[in-house]
Parts: sequence; structure tokens; C-alpha cells
Amino acid sequence: MTDEPGGLIHPELRSERNESPVGPAGQRLQHAEGTSQPLRSKIRERQPRGAEVNGRRPIDHEAAAARFIAAPEHEKMHDERLWDLRSKRDAQMHAIPEWEELRELASQIKQHTLAHLDEYLEQFEAAAKANGVHVHWATDGAAHNRIVHGILRDHGAKRLIKSKSMLTEECGLRDYMAATGIEVVETDLGERIQQLDDEPPSHVVVPAVHKLRRDVAEVFSRTLGSDPDTDEVPYLAERQREATRPLILSADAGMTGGNFAVAETGSFVVCTNEGNADLSANVPALHIASIGIEKLIPRVEHLGVFIRLLSRSALGSPITQYTSHFRRPREGGEMHVVLVDNGRSARLGMAEFWTSLKCIRCGACMNTCPVFRRSGGLSYGATYAGPIGLILDPTFDKRKYSTLPFASTLNGSCSNVCPVKINIHEQIFAWRRVLAEEHEIPLVKRQMMQAAGAVLSRPALYRAAISTADSALRFLPRFAVYNRWNAWGAGREMPPAPKETFHTWYARTHPAADKGSGDGSA
Amino acid sequence: MRVALFVPCYVDAFEPQVGIATLELLRRFDLDVTYPFDQTCCGQPMTNTGCHKEAAATEALFVRNFSGFDHIVVPSGSCAHQVREHMTAIPQTPAVKAVRERTLELVEFLHDVLKVDAFPWAEFPYKVSYHNNCNALRGIGHAAPSELHGPFFSKPLDLLKKVKGLELVQLARPDECCGFGGTYCVAEPAVSVKMGYDKVADHARAGAEYVVSADSSCMMHQQGCARRLGVDLRFIHIAQVLNGATA
Amino acid sequence: MDPRDAILAAVRRNRPVGEHPLPPVPHFAVSEAGERAACFARSLELMGGKVLEPDPAADLLTAYLRGSGLAPPEIVCSAVPEIAGNRDLATVAHPRDLADVDVAVVRAACGVAETGSVLLTEAQLQVNAVAYLAQHLLVLLDPADIVASIHDAYDRPEFHQARYAVFHTGPSATADIEGVLVHGAQGVRSLTVVLLPRQPSSVPA
Repeated sequence: MTDEPGGLIHPELRSERNESPVGPAGQRLQHAEGTSQPLRSKIRERQPRGAEVNGRRPIDHEAAAARFIAAPEHEKMHDERLWDLRSKRDAQMHAIPEWEELRELASQIKQHTLAHLDEYLEQFEAAAKANGVHVHWATDGAAHNRIVHGILRDHGAKRLIKSKSMLTEECGLRDYMAATGIEVVETDLGERIQQLDDEPPSHVVVPAVHKLRRDVAEVFSRTLGSDPDTDEVPYLAERQREATRPLILSADAGMTGGNFAVAETGSFVVCTNEGNADLSANVPALHIASIGIEKLIPRVEHLGVFIRLLSRSALGSPITQYTSHFRRPREGGEMHVVLVDNGRSARLGMAEFWTSLKCIRCGACMNTCPVFRRSGGLSYGATYAGPIGLILDPTFDKRKYSTLPFASTLNGSCSNVCPVKINIHEQIFAWRRVLAEEHEIPLVKRQMMQAAGAVLSRPALYRAAISTADSALRFLPRFAVYNRWNAWGAGREMPPAPKETFHTWYARTHPAADKGSGDGSA
Repeated sequence: MRVALFVPCYVDAFEPQVGIATLELLRRFDLDVTYPFDQTCCGQPMTNTGCHKEAAATEALFVRNFSGFDHIVVPSGSCAHQVREHMTAIPQTPAVKAVRERTLELVEFLHDVLKVDAFPWAEFPYKVSYHNNCNALRGIGHAAPSELHGPFFSKPLDLLKKVKGLELVQLARPDECCGFGGTYCVAEPAVSVKMGYDKVADHARAGAEYVVSADSSCMMHQQGCARRLGVDLRFIHIAQVLNGATA
Repeated sequence: MDPRDAILAAVRRNRPVGEHPLPPVPHFAVSEAGERAACFARSLELMGGKVLEPDPAADLLTAYLRGSGLAPPEIVCSAVPEIAGNRDLATVAHPRDLADVDVAVVRAACGVAETGSVLLTEAQLQVNAVAYLAQHLLVLLDPADIVASIHDAYDRPEFHQARYAVFHTGPSATADIEGVLVHGAQGVRSLTVVLLPRQPSSVPA
């Protein structure tokens, strides 16, 4: 029995009933974040929570990932949904002959802009000001939050509606605003679910992908008063729409992020599937956009390259439902742009890591990452999870995120799906070296590697260490992993021990062969 | 043509028959094959952990052992990748560069250097699922990775198609990592094991009787998972299949 | 130091080494497989939008309601001469006053065959929020205004002149819960495009 390619690893999640809309020809629609085949969680199960975060203590990704895997319905659904996005992405890629050329262009445009970022920032600022946009500069997250608060305070704003922005997550805007008495309302469905559940987003484009419908039904019944026993998705989405609409209509200010900022026009672009950025920007008279300084691109023509890559890479959808370009405030409106550094200019000076600033936050690396799919985004205990997180997070705090570059098999799939060709897995590898050199890996691990290096560079010592299968089983895994030999046996059988090593066989069957010096001086 | 055989530490200790098959297979092509006796390891456990300094002496030993050959052949994509791409803890002298450039994984050597067009001694009448080791696939270019837009090619499948009776089956996720990942397999055992279980499930659903790979380490991990799950799958290295192993 | 100067100074100090020239963007000829309008329609339908051929025998609004299966709307807000609505956009004091609109009708500045997108700006929308607060959106598009690709669309002057320019590609959508697609997440529940040439009087000079 052979399943077709694209089949499920967990076929029990396949749903008999299609819940998604169909197109005019009767075809099941799969645009936006929609899955390419009907899936449905079937077993009730408590939602696992993410990593514990304690100050600067290194994040225990493994423990949080183990909790996620111990909730199999969550883990399986998470894995299949994200793999489905990866499969949809592949289909889109195959439909575009110039795909690899687009990736190379996107990479070069970004590298060029980052290498001339001062000029493009000044050009953007001048153009935006000429358009009547107020431009602010924030050196860090705290400064960003103070600036946003100041603008809102000056306008007497009591309620802020906002679309999803990883930058405002990075700055901790919601926590900051909680103390000011200004209400912040997320308008992206996934982000709103996470806000109502007091959890950060677990993924840059699908923030609640780690939750099952039952989890959402529980959150909505607790916070929106929906029927706790109804977990039909259209019902849940409609309850949220109805609950959020009055908040949108009565908001005093709207906030968006920015996917791209165009230097020549002083304009910025926001991509959403829900149209919630357009509501946030177009209903209240005051629009604030928070934009990282690395979001610059030189000209409008370059948008074509990025827009063609972004949603295809992220969701396997040709484009987001809404691609919105903001250049000047509307009649009677007011527009503010906050340009945020928060570690970016310092990252620019890191020779091995500056190209991570090319990232356009599509999440393709998360979707393809086999570790991310099994561990859930919240297991990383950081704003940025998955492969891109492994290389961004240590730039914020080397100690706290010292464990993350080790949460990878270095399989390299992330680099291949990256639409701007960041060598993600090579940077993960490089971070391991930096962390070891700067003593941010556990001492016992380093000592074990010193011992392994000493044995492996002395043939006679090495041969003695693995002379019997028994001693080999003790030495080989130990050099690989310091003191966690039990870790192999917890889920796997031991390899059967052969009666002799290759080396012994060779010596026995080739009596005339040169037997070396034993000290490697050969 | 002087060829040196590098037998990775895992193969040496746990899968000696893979080293033997590689040696026998190379000798079938009338090559002068040497097994340098003082060889140990390529240094990967240390560099993958970030401990490059600790790998330097092992790397230097590797270069001493393997200098002076036309090719260094190793039945492991992972170790070939380590030598070619990551053996950088020691000064890059001409001798070091020569050893690194001349190190080839067995499949590459057969496909690209010897350009073998037949394995008349080989017959393997089973349904086979091929496991692409990630370093072999994306690190040294064994095949076209599924993430990239380009023409399909696969050196190991090209070779396996020349084996009589062998029937390839198709995985749902043909180049998904199996979760071994070197030190990763014990650093994050829960994720590693779950990835291994999913891989084993994919092989089984595809109807494979045997899993074939150019890397013993991935197979040791998958075999451990399959046995724990009680899934009836057998694992064999591509060197053994091409050398005429019957099961 | 002033934060602006501090950031720019840090950026200059940390400038990556190397040349990093800006590459020219070549003209990519996107495959359209047949008529451009048909290609546009296929693309839009995959994104959850609907495309209606105009019926010369029927009134446009009637044909739209019949084609989309909608109940007769109470409030129609039209920004096009082809359809007379019953809510005048010129009199809207605040965007929230559009919260009860059932159907909004606008004409697109252009369409994009590659993706099935329509381009709207404040010139077409009059009040931007109408395209999001209305329950349903009807867009008129002159087939002559369809460009082949997203690259071609970015050659349009709107991106240098309009205050606000937006590609709509289907209705407001989400699949944030278990990947189940839902139309009408926050904005319009449906988007329908009628391929209708501009009336001579509405062609911009």
C-alpha cells in the first residue's frame, strides 16, 4: 500500500467533512492559511504551555518541547498543518519558473539596502515628512513604547486597535500599555486569540497554530461568552468578528507594523489576509506604524520581487488577500511612523550574522523546520521561534537564549526555503561556536568535548576506549553528549553490538598491512 | 588511482559490515585501496557542539592519516560534509586543503569519479525506501532538495536503479530530517525520537521492506525507533546493497 | 545624543564590508495561458473571489445579487456611476458611519492577472474604510485595465501619487483556527468583480 506524495504522516487527522468554502467550480478553496485538505482534531486534550521564562536563565527548550510532544493531538495537528503550508509553498514555487532568480534578487536588494542603510533611512524620512507623515526614531523597545504612548496621550486616546506586528511583540508594547490605562485590541484573529489567552504568538504568521479548536472554544467562552460546547470554526470566527467590530468602530487610534518601507516614496506596505490592518489604519483618524529599520527597500519596483515571494513562501498562497500601501495620511487624518533600532544596528556590525537582517518574517523556515513542528513555537521562550529565532534571539541576550542554537539538527531545509536566502543553518552552526568561545555553553559539555578531542587525536587511546562493544557503547555516545547516555534509550532500542569492530576485522584479515604508529605520527 | 578508505567511528564500532562492504566494493573496480590504520574520527562531535578548538588535534590527525591519496572515500555523507565544509579549526595549509577537497562520500565517488554504469553482481528483490541524509542531500549535493526549484536528480537513486530487482517506494516527505542530528539525538531526545517515529511511520506507510541510506548514523537512530515501535522494517547501507548483499 | 543621530551613527559605524550593488530587476513575462481576463478570473477564484460577466439584459445590481445569492441589501454604498446606492459617500462624517453598509460598489484602478488582484486607492474608494466595513464588496473592472503581473502593476502611477493604494485579492479571510478557511474574518465576507468597461465619461483624462 503506497500513499501518494503529500499524504499525511498522521492520517487519523484527515476529516471526512470539508469545512472550508468552495469556489465557483466546486473546488475546495485553500488560499490564505487554509489547509490543502480537510483536517480536524478529534481528541480532547489540555493545551500544553510553552517554555518557562525566568529572567536570564537559559531557556529549557527540550523540556517545553517534551511537554508539547506529550500532548499528541496538539503536536500532530501542529506538524501536519505546518507541513501542509510547506507543501503549498512548494506547489507555488513550481508554478514560477523564475523562483530561484527572484530569491537571488530579493537577497541582493536586501543586502544592498542594509549596506547603505543610513542613506536609505534618510531618504525615507525626508520623503515621508514631505508627505506629511510624522517620523520618530526609537533606539530600543522601551523608547518605542514611550513614543507610542506619547502620541496616544497627546490625542487623548483611550483605545488602540492594532494589526499583528512582531516588532511590537519584540518591544513588549502590550505589557507596557497595560500600565497606562490605554486599552490595546489585537484585530488579527490568531493574535486576538493569543491576547485573550494571555499568551504570546507562537508563530510569526499563524500566531495560534499551536492551539486546537477546543482550546479556542474554551478561550472564547471564557472571554467572549461564546458557547463552550460549540467548536465549529466558522462559529468561533464569527463570535470574534462580532465582538471585535464595536471595538474597531469606537477606537481612537490604529496601529500597524510594516512589511516593507520604500525609501523613494516614504511609503510603507502592510500585508494581511483579514483586512484588519486596513481597518486599523482607516477607521480611526490616527494611524501609528512601527517599523524596524531593516524593513527598508530602495524603490517601488522592488516591491514586485518581495510581494511575489512573501505570501507564497509563508502560506503557499499567491498573495495575501490585502496588500496595503500607505504613503500619506488621508484627509483629516494623521500618520506617524516609528523607526525602531532595538539591536538592529549592532547586528549590522556582526560579520557572520548581519544577513539575518534580510528576514521578511514569512515564517517559511518555521513551517519547514522538523524541530519547530514537533516542539511548538512557545517552547523557544522568545519573540522569534524556529530557525530564524535561533539566530536572532542570541543577539538580544546571549545567556538567556544560549541553548536555542542547539535546538536544531542542522538539516539545512530552512536555508533552502528562505525567500531572501539567509544561510540560516550555517548561522546556527556559527552561533554554537560563538557561544562555546564565550563560555555560554555548560561547562560539563565543554569538558566532555575536551576529553573527546584528547582521545580522538590519539589513535592508541581511542582504540583502547572502543576495544570492546561494551566500552564503545560507553565512550562513543558519551563523547557525543557528555552525560546524557540515558537519553538514547528512553525512546530507542540500542544498536546490536557486533562481535568485532571494522578495525579489528581489518587487522585480522590483513596481517601484512601497515599498522600505523598508534600515536598518529605516521 | 590511490584511494584511502575512511571508516567513521560509528561504522567502525557498530556497523563494521558497512566498512567491509565499502572496501570490497571499491576493490571490485581494481582500485588500490588503503585503510590508514591510525584513523579515528573527523571531529564532527566537537565542531557541531561549537567546540572548534577541541577539534583541532583530531583534524590534524585526520590530515596526517589521509595525505598523499588521490581520493579519500567515506561511506557517510555526514562525515564527508564535515571534512569538506567544516574542517576549519586548523590552519588551512595546502596539505589540509588537498585532503579536504579530495574527500568524497562513497556515492559521489561511484557516481562522479568512477561513473559506474552497472553493478552486475548486485540483486536486491525488495521494496526500498531511500533515506536522504541531510548533510549528503543539502550539504554535499547528493540530490536535488525538494525545497529548491530545479531539475530533479539523485545520485544515490541513479545507482540503486542499476540494482536488479530493487523497487523504490515514495515517501510522503521524501527529504524530511529523521531527527538524528549528531549530538542532537541525545541533546533533545524527545523531539529527536518523535522525528524518528514519524520517519519510520512514513517508510512503513510507503510499503518499504528495507530502508537504504548512505549514512549509518541516521539508520542507527531510525532502527532504534522502529524496534521500539515494533515496526517491521529492515535497514541496510547503500554500500552493502551495491556490493551485492542479498538481505 | 538625539536618537535619530545615534541610530544613523551606529548604522554607519557597523556598515557591512563589501560592495553589494543594487541588481536591476528584469522584466519577467508571467505566463497567462490564454486571455488575460480569463487568467485574472482563474486567479481571483482561487483566492476566494467571484467574477461575473455583465448581463446586458439585466440591471447590474440585480444581476450581482442573483449571481452571488445575496438577500436584497438595505444599504448600498456606491462610488460608481453605474449603480445608484442609497448611502452617499460624500456625506459620511466618520468612517464608522459606514458600519451598517451591506454592499459597497467601487471601480478598480486596475487588475492583476497573475494574482487576481484589484487595485483601489482613495480616488476609487472615496472613504477608504468602506471597502472593509461593508459586508460585501462589488468591484467593477475594465478588462482593458488588467495588467499581466505584480511587477507590471508596480509600474502604475498610483504608488507614487495616491495616499493609500491597496490590492484586494478576494475577501477578508482567515484560517487561523485549525487551518479551516473562513471568509469575512474582519472585513468583507465576499468580493465580486464584474468585468465591465468604463463608461466613456468615467475614463480619466
